[in-house]
Amino acid sequence: MAALATIGRFFLGFFSQTGQLSLFITQTLVAMTRPPFYLRMIGQQILRIGYFSLPVVALTSFFTGGALAIQIYYGGNQFNSEAIVSSIVALGITRELGPVLGGLMVAGRVSAAIAAEIGTMRVTEQIDALTTLSTDPYKYLVAPRVIAATLCMPVLALIADILGIFGGFVVGTQSFDFNAAIYVQRTINFLTFDDVSSGLIKAAVFGFIIAIMGCYNGYHSKGGAQGVGRATTNAVVSASILILAANYLMTSLLFSS
Amino acid sequence: MMDKITLSNVHKSFGTKHVLRGVNLNIEEGQSVVVIGGSGSGKSVMLKSILGLLTPDSGSIKIDGKETIGLRRDKRADIDAQFGMLFQNGALFDSLPVWKNVAFRGIQNDGMNESDARDLSVDALARVGLGPELLDLYPASLSGGMNKRVGLARAVASKPDIIFFDEPTTGLDPIMTDVINHLIQECVQELGATTLTITHDMTSVRAIADKTALLYKGEIIWQGSQDDLDASDDPFLHQFINGLPHGPIEVEGQQLETAGY
Repeated sequence: MAALATIGRFFLGFFSQTGQLSLFITQTLVAMTRPPFYLRMIGQQILRIGYFSLPVVALTSFFTGGALAIQIYYGGNQFNSEAIVSSIVALGITRELGPVLGGLMVAGRVSAAIAAEIGTMRVTEQIDALTTLSTDPYKYLVAPRVIAATLCMPVLALIADILGIFGGFVVGTQSFDFNAAIYVQRTINFLTFDDVSSGLIKAAVFGFIIAIMGCYNGYHSKGGAQGVGRATTNAVVSASILILAANYLMTSLLFSS
Repeated sequence: MMDKITLSNVHKSFGTKHVLRGVNLNIEEGQSVVVIGGSGSGKSVMLKSILGLLTPDSGSIKIDGKETIGLRRDKRADIDAQFGMLFQNGALFDSLPVWKNVAFRGIQNDGMNESDARDLSVDALARVGLGPELLDLYPASLSGGMNKRVGLARAVASKPDIIFFDEPTTGLDPIMTDVINHLIQECVQELGATTLTITHDMTSVRAIADKTALLYKGEIIWQGSQDDLDASDDPFLHQFINGLPHGPIEVEGQQLETAGY
């Protein structure tokens, strides 16, 4: 009986959380589409989420592109396939690694920061204070962060794409003596618009996930400093898992047809 | 006198914990009501229910005769606009400087420009005895007493009809407690506002209450004026206002000795 009760509690908790998250997303979408719009807050968040995430995304992508070039070169050496390094680096970075690794890095940085900030506001009654001052917390706190992250992530992914390919280019031309002009030409010839756009679409979805999980966990945090800590951890973990799951689903949808 | 706030048979539970068990309370226009009660008696839940931050399970909460339970947030904007609230720890927005905190409602809801917002803040801060040198400071650099005074300035800045005070003197030294109590009195008299204060500080009760109500286990078990407070022989009230360890009030879920009652 105890085992059944445990299973029951698990499923009740799971469905309760899912329902609560669905409600939170619905309220956020409503807040995003109805005035007032806090444009200044959106601008601030674009700066914090987008601009300040640039270094971490750029470095991640650059080194990943370099490492990918090495792997492909040595992996493909036996088949004389050095020539395909440029095309596979470009494809891997734009379709998968740029948006996914960028998303995971931003999830670690931004989801945690959002959850900590909103969680602290929750436990210090600042969110209640907002409501008593006739300001909707969904419009003032949640919507600007979600809009900013959804807009910024495709831009970050595009920068990640460029720097990832550049990382592969640097390794290819410096370590393996590839001809620079041919490398660039092969990359340009091989890449299609769909390769890049599919990555940017994914990145926008990842941005939404990152902000919504940070806001959701922060908004529902309770129990003082420990509660805020838990919210921060949950935000990063759930955002990361959802990014990977969403990536699989979107890859299936975008490339199966 | 017309009732400004009326609570009738308000119930609220969290899971199996029944916090409010039929609260009945009426507050007349211009009246200063203080609700006292021990920790966990349901004071904060009652206050949050009136503010619309929590939704009661049943009962009725009327503001100016208008039912508020079940009203969506956007439908109760005119009611919220009447409210001012001083939170227990100030609840100042720590990402904003003092002037933006104090004039928050004006800036966000009325599109007030910076110059007007700063003027409004200077006036509101002066009302609580603070100078304009604080305008550009952030809440993190304020002391506990100042934090509370800025919170009070924010609560009264929009000249609300109803002001709520949540434990206004908790955590303050006796001198600052006296200062805050006097500021509350002055602000309320100046604005002619209706106020509801929740506290367990009897100094505040003596200083600001027209009417006092004792909340115990989610019910108002006694209410009366200052004179009634002194004259009452209610054993619960007697134990609470004298801070006696023994009496009918259960502490931490255990009933203490009732000797002497």
